[in-house]
Formats: sequence, structure tokens, C-alpha cells
Amino acid sequence: MADALLSLDDLAVHFKVGNSFAGGIKTLKAVDGVTLDVKPGECLGLVGESGCGKSTLALAIMGLLPPTRGTMNVDGQQISGSTPPDRMKMARTVQMVFQDPYASLNPRQTVRRTLADPLRLHGITDKAEVEARVIEMMAKVGLRPEQADRYPHEFSGGQRQRIGIARALILKPKLVLCDEPVSALDVSIRAQIINLLLELKDEMGLAYIMISHDLGVVEHVSDRVAVMYLGRIVEQGGWQEIFENPRHPYTRALIAAIPDPFHRAAISADAKARGEIASALNPPPGCHFNPRCPLKADICTAEYPAFGEVAPGHRAACHFRDRMS
Amino acid sequence: MTTPLLKVDNLRIALAGDGVTYNAVENVSFEIGRGEAFGLVGESGCGKSITALSVMGLLRRPLSLAGGRIVLDGQEIQNVSAAEMRRLRGKRIAMIFQEPMTALNPLSPVGKQIAEMFVLHQGANWNEAMDRAEEALRQVRVPSPERRIKDYPHQLSGGMRQRVMIAIALACGPDLLVADEPTTALDVTVQAEIIDLMAELCAAKGTAILMISHDLGLVANMCKRVAVMYAGRIVESQVADSIFARPSHPYTQGLIDSLPRLGERARRGRQKLREISGVVPSIANYPAGCRFNPRCSAVTDVCRTVVPEATPLPAEGVVRCHHHG
Repeated sequence: MADALLSLDDLAVHFKVGNSFAGGIKTLKAVDGVTLDVKPGECLGLVGESGCGKSTLALAIMGLLPPTRGTMNVDGQQISGSTPPDRMKMARTVQMVFQDPYASLNPRQTVRRTLADPLRLHGITDKAEVEARVIEMMAKVGLRPEQADRYPHEFSGGQRQRIGIARALILKPKLVLCDEPVSALDVSIRAQIINLLLELKDEMGLAYIMISHDLGVVEHVSDRVAVMYLGRIVEQGGWQEIFENPRHPYTRALIAAIPDPFHRAAISADAKARGEIASALNPPPGCHFNPRCPLKADICTAEYPAFGEVAPGHRAACHFRDRMS
Repeated sequence: MTTPLLKVDNLRIALAGDGVTYNAVENVSFEIGRGEAFGLVGESGCGKSITALSVMGLLRRPLSLAGGRIVLDGQEIQNVSAAEMRRLRGKRIAMIFQEPMTALNPLSPVGKQIAEMFVLHQGANWNEAMDRAEEALRQVRVPSPERRIKDYPHQLSGGMRQRVMIAIALACGPDLLVADEPTTALDVTVQAEIIDLMAELCAAKGTAILMISHDLGLVANMCKRVAVMYAGRIVESQVADSIFARPSHPYTQGLIDSLPRLGERARRGRQKLREISGVVPSIANYPAGCRFNPRCSAVTDVCRTVVPEATPLPAEGVVRCHHHG
């Protein structure tokens, strides 16, 4: 798509694991043929369980892991295995907010230093301007100017995540990868951070990729949602399509697994999956989800299903995608 | 009413600091009937886990039991000898923990760890005990238990390890199972399976559950009654079904309103999440009066000075709030 901010085309990231003496070298297909777009100002929710490859995908989009196959276009910059990214340029376009606000801040740097370093690295050296932008950014995330000389340990978890967000936004990026931004926070603090992220998105015209296993959060913030399973996207569509009319049994299983005291989810509990995610080193033949699937048939072990369209903009990789609605 | 299985009465747990002693838990009282599932909900630091540990007789320095009674089936157990407590643990009360990898012995095959229960508590010989361990693994639906029985914990996935923990805990058919965040370390689809398994096995064996979690939705789905803790005190306890419909304490109300719930956006469009302002107080700075008062929207002078008494609710349960009713 021409107007996309980020577009991935058949992107794959494989790792070689093991050694040639014991057991031989195997290929771990952490991300295996992902195609997706993010438009400016859009929030894409990325859902999947641990081991599905969502964090590897995030690192690839950050330009920190070279793709094994496929290409990636970030705001006009073409990246593939043979054309590495211009890191400095990437940093002005794509930034990341991490899960753990305790581990992702340098404990020896004050807030001011944490926020000023990216500016200086990117050529903004005028002291008055750096100071003005640091204070402005702190105000945007709800920190007071007098807190600029404090160290991370002086802040609560929620405030630290505000610092992490300020650090990601100070270079005015266009796309922010949010990797489980609230799951390490106290439950009563999460709403503050979610509201803040949504306000900043509108105010600064940001696009987000919101990586989360909390489907309530994903439904709340996303415009579109992509569901990953063992390195591939198995379903993608508008948020309402995904949550109200999911067409992949894995998506249905994820929704069914959420405790639902209000009884408001569109999916009933009988859609739950059995067993656990298979190893990406040795994925099952055919559809990767088949050992856990309540709809499994012979064709599911024979061939990987096409990523077919079920409605405009809504695709699902399931042989039976048209039977579920 | 018949005598409850577990009665915790006016529990107080002290935390010894640098020359100061804090009350980490105070005025905590609840009862669990035979075969009943009871949930204790709260954020990190609220005292829910140490309440569970005190029931197990596992409080260690700097924590200690400073007051109150713990009555199991008519017998006061807060002061029994270490030897007597060891006999009770495993046989009559058992516990499963959040992270099964650290709770299992990494140097011993899982079958042996289950069999140990039969040898220690029921005087079985090892051959017989190993057969029963295999049966126990089958009950918690570990595939091919005859092979898995020889596996070490690191050879199993997180979900399988938690199944082993459940098998150990339920081996001797205890009266009470204490489950401290048993699924927090697991993926959502696996969490759903483990919760179903726990509920099913406990129902079959008539085992009561004390479920500790930060996830109000999860607990409300599984338990008949729920108590909500905040900063070392129970602020509200109610029948699970009505806690979502009619939360009585502003904290419970705030928790319920602050979380994005599945299906909510489709019904009402995206609403700004209601935030609970401020942060959870640290134990050294618990506010006077109602401990929620600095964060409460309905706060008045009396909240800042007087600790609210437990007020009975119309149907069943209690609330500690000056402004209730």
C-alpha cells in the first residue's frame, strides 16, 4: 500500500539453533511470512501467546534484527536482509515502549538525562532547546518539571512507565511499538497509562502497534487487530470484526479463555482450545493450530490454509473460515 | 450455619522493619465452608499472599503472626508445633504457587515428587506410591503419564508443571487448597484449562479452595464468594455474582470501572477509562483512617481520621466504608 507508514511483505526472521555435533543445526522460524500494513495514526493490536513470535516481529520492525526473507518498508525506507536499515533514521520514525518500567530505565540516569540523550544524539544540542523539549515532554506525560532531576528508583511503577513513554516520544516518532505497556503495572494504575497513550496518540498523530495478551486492552485501543500463532498471522481485521465475528478457531479460543463476569463477549466458552502452543522448532504439519483445534479435520494436517478474505479487510488462515459466523 | 472448614478471625501479621513494626495485614476475617471456593483479590503488596502463607503456617521473618485466630475444622492452628503443622500441610491443607518452576524440586523426577506425598502422609511404600503418582498425573490430564513420570521439571512446559503442582497438592485429598496466583505465569488459553481443571478436581474431591489473585474477573468466575483487600485490610466481601453488579466499596467500584472489558466498546463505543488517581501507598506511609482515602472521590473528613468498621451488606457480606448506604 502506497500510503502505509509501515508495510511488511512476507517478512521472515529465522534463527539457527543447536550445533553441528549434537543433534545438528535446526532452523527456528520465529516469524515466518508476515504481511501487514500500519497506516499513519492507526493503532494495530498484535495478539498472541508467548512463543508466537510477536516480540521477534517487534525487534525486526525496530530494525534490530535483519529479516531472513521478505522486505519491510518503514516510512519510505526499504529494508531487507541485504539492505540494512539506517539506524539513526529509523530511530526518528519508530520507537518502543517496553513492558517492564523497572528494567527498561537506566537506574543511574536522571529523568532529564534519559530524555535529553536522544535529542543530543540526533543533533539537537542547543541547551535551551533541549531543556524546553524535555520539560514539554514531561508535562505531556503528566510529570512535573521539578521531578526532572530524580532517578528512576524515586518513582512508582506507573510514573516510571510515564518516563518510558516520554523517552519514546521525545524524538516525535511516527510509529510507537508498545510491548505489553501495562501488564507489569498495578491493576489500579493501568487505566491511567492506557488513557495517556490514547490521548498522546490523538495529540501527536501517532501510529501504534499494541502488543498485548490482554484482549480487553486490545479491544479498547485498537483500530485493527492481527492475531499471531507460531510465527504467522492467522487472522487480521477491524477490531469489531475480530471481537464480534472471529473466523479463526484460535482467535475464538483466546476470546473464550477470558474470564467474562459480565457475560458480554460474543464467543461462548465451548470454543476453548486444548493443550499448549507447539514448539516453533517443530511445528505440526499443515495448519500449525491443528493439534489444539476443536474443528480439526483431515485437510488440516495435510496443508496450511490460505489466508483468505472473509469480508473486506478481514482475513483468516483457516480451512473452515466461511463456516464460522 | 454449620462450622466452617476454615475460619480466619481478626488476623494481624506484623512486618519488622528497621526498629519499627508495621502491620502488613490487620483485621482480616473470613470463613470458607467445606468444598467452597473463596477468592481473595487485591493488588501487589495488599497482603493477600501473606494471608495465604499464614494459613499454611509458612510465615518467616521479618513477617510474623501478631494476632488473631486461624481455625481449621474446629482446631486452632495458629500456634501448633512445627511438627504438627508439617503433618497438616499436604494432608489437610495444600498449596500451589504462581511459578511452578521454582516450587518444584529441579533435581527430582516429577513422579517421585508426587509419590513422596503418599509415602510421607499415607505410609505407602515407594512402588505403590509410584503407581499412584502415575494415576495422579493421568487425573490432571498430563499426556502419556507413564513416560512423564520420569521427567524432570525442566522437561515440561509451564502448563504441564502447574498440572504437576496440582497433582502434588491434591494427592492426599486435602480439605483445603490454597492457590496463590496459580495461572499468572501462564498463557491465557492455558490459564483457562488449568482453572477448569482445578475447579473440576476440587469439586470431585470436595476440596475447598482459597484462591488468591489480582484478577477480579478470574476469581469472580470461579469462586462463590470474594473478598477484596486493599493495603492490608479487607475492604469488601460479597457473593461473587453481586460484586460486579453492585460493588459497595469505592475501591472495588474503581477497579471494575478502570478495566477495559471485552464487548464493552462494541456496545457503548470507546469510553475514556475511569482512572483511580494516585498510587497504592507503601506500608511505611499508610494513611490514617480509611487507607483508600487519598485516592477516593467520595472522601470526607471522617475518612481521614476514623478507620471504618465492617458494615453488613443487605444480602450477604460486609463493606468497610463510612459512606456506604
